[in-house]
Amino acid sequence: MTTLSVALPGLALKNPIMPASGCCGFGEELGNLYNLNQLGAIMIKAATSKPRFGNPTPRVAETPQGMLNAIGLQNPGVATIVAEKIPKLHAKFKDLPIIANVAGSAQADYVAVCEQISHAPGVSAIELNISCPNVAHGGMEFGVDPTAAFELTKACVNVSAVPIYVKLSPNVTDIREIAKAVAMAQPAGFTLINTLVGMRFDLATRQAILANQTGGLSGPAVLPVALRLIHQVRSVCDLPIIGMGGVTCAEDVLEMIIAGADAVAIGTANLTDPFACPEIIAALPAVMAKYHISSIESLIHERKGKLVK
Amino acid sequence: MIKDYTLTVTNQIQVADTIYELTLAGDITKDPIAAGQFVNVKIPNPAYILRRPFGIAEVNVDQGYIKLIYRVVGDGTQILAQLTKGATLNVLGPLGHGFPSEFLNQAADVLIIGGGTGLPPLYELSRRLSAQGHHLDIALGFPNKQRVFYETKMAQFGHTVVSTDDGSYGLQGTIIDLIDQNFADKSYQAIYACGPRGLELAVSDHFSGHPHAYISAEARMACGIGICNACVLHTTADTSGATNKKVCTDGPVFHINEVVL
Repeated sequence: MTTLSVALPGLALKNPIMPASGCCGFGEELGNLYNLNQLGAIMIKAATSKPRFGNPTPRVAETPQGMLNAIGLQNPGVATIVAEKIPKLHAKFKDLPIIANVAGSAQADYVAVCEQISHAPGVSAIELNISCPNVAHGGMEFGVDPTAAFELTKACVNVSAVPIYVKLSPNVTDIREIAKAVAMAQPAGFTLINTLVGMRFDLATRQAILANQTGGLSGPAVLPVALRLIHQVRSVCDLPIIGMGGVTCAEDVLEMIIAGADAVAIGTANLTDPFACPEIIAALPAVMAKYHISSIESLIHERKGKLVK
Repeated sequence: MIKDYTLTVTNQIQVADTIYELTLAGDITKDPIAAGQFVNVKIPNPAYILRRPFGIAEVNVDQGYIKLIYRVVGDGTQILAQLTKGATLNVLGPLGHGFPSEFLNQAADVLIIGGGTGLPPLYELSRRLSAQGHHLDIALGFPNKQRVFYETKMAQFGHTVVSTDDGSYGLQGTIIDLIDQNFADKSYQAIYACGPRGLELAVSDHFSGHPHAYISAEARMACGIGICNACVLHTTADTSGATNKKVCTDGPVFHINEVVL
């Protein structure tokens, strides 16, 4: 009998699997396809202080074993999310921990949104998005500067009623420096990786395919990069990590936990297959048994003894 | 109900230059499918992670198949074109909202406007409207003679006229020229159009204000079910600049004055 549960600050996860922010909306569409209570948690789409249309289209382009997106934090604004989106999701799926993703263009926006959304019913934690590559101001600007990342995290931790997990960018010279700086602000943990900045061009028009020019690369192509960065952050920090980046199957989930993650989010795989999360959850016990893993917690414990620093 | 189906290829034929008709059999026809709905097809190669959205060209409930018509434009559609009888395909659907027609009077006059590979969902719509006893006029535009398809099949449902961009077949001119030349003196209770953006803009402009003129929008799409927000359009009534419609779940069919193409 395998055990899938994982306990993280603010999050009693029945399994380590959750759909990643931006790949599950506010749970409404996936919730019409399957029972979301079977998920470990859900990371809902980013909330900003004001409604945002996001970037012009085209917003997506295919890449080998991956895709670029430049959605641009489209969302109806924190007021609507707190008044309508979160209550609707929580009412329908009472056993589903909600992780609210918070983004902004200035520190004051982040702080205000964190305070407001952390009190919404069903919100168990916040994912602080300091790493969105697809907005002109804010987002990744905070995530690539250790001082700005520390200041922002500290300000948000101070006002939030729930634990904060800081979403780190892979688009940095040394992610360990950012992780160490953010850890000083005492968040509950990290989530990583956000997408890698990329481009594609159209041969006929000689123009970038994405209207935003650049976009974030995700999908199976980024899995090894995510594993390396999670391993690097794990080597300098003991805080919980929710890992993500190119995970498509139960084997990938276990590999990411071995690399240093404590739970795993599924992103782009939801866009290819909306049933990806329940399929991965269903597949985990057999794959764990094959590799003699009795529980997710035991795999995490085993890693703690062995991890090469 | 949206489901993930495994469908079997029972036939594939080329219907024009670079354009293929794929027949897929399986359980998808056991639930209702509206004319104008689409499916999101997984390319049977793990290198391609984005599904390809195609309007459903025909639904045959009795024989349990659907037909898709697509143009080979890249590696993904090239892989689809190589599928032969017996191959299986992972198909998510049916998706989106179809063409509204419940308001039509008996034996209503209806104008169908199709451009290139925008034609497929209009075939299923025309088939149903014709069976219901409505009177159809059909205007079809193509880039050139080599890309003309389904002219005869559409003609069984109503008076069908064709134009090409280069004049190599039918009228040389735009779809609006074609309509003006053939149907200018008629009025229609409903107008349904699907084609490239230029065609849909022209149709929206020409029939602006018509209470029942609809277009089926095309968009670069990822999930097809409303979770990624890749395929959004601005709405015409929007004053905030922040509201949107998703082509996949709010559409793909919209009234011509509802969205900014």
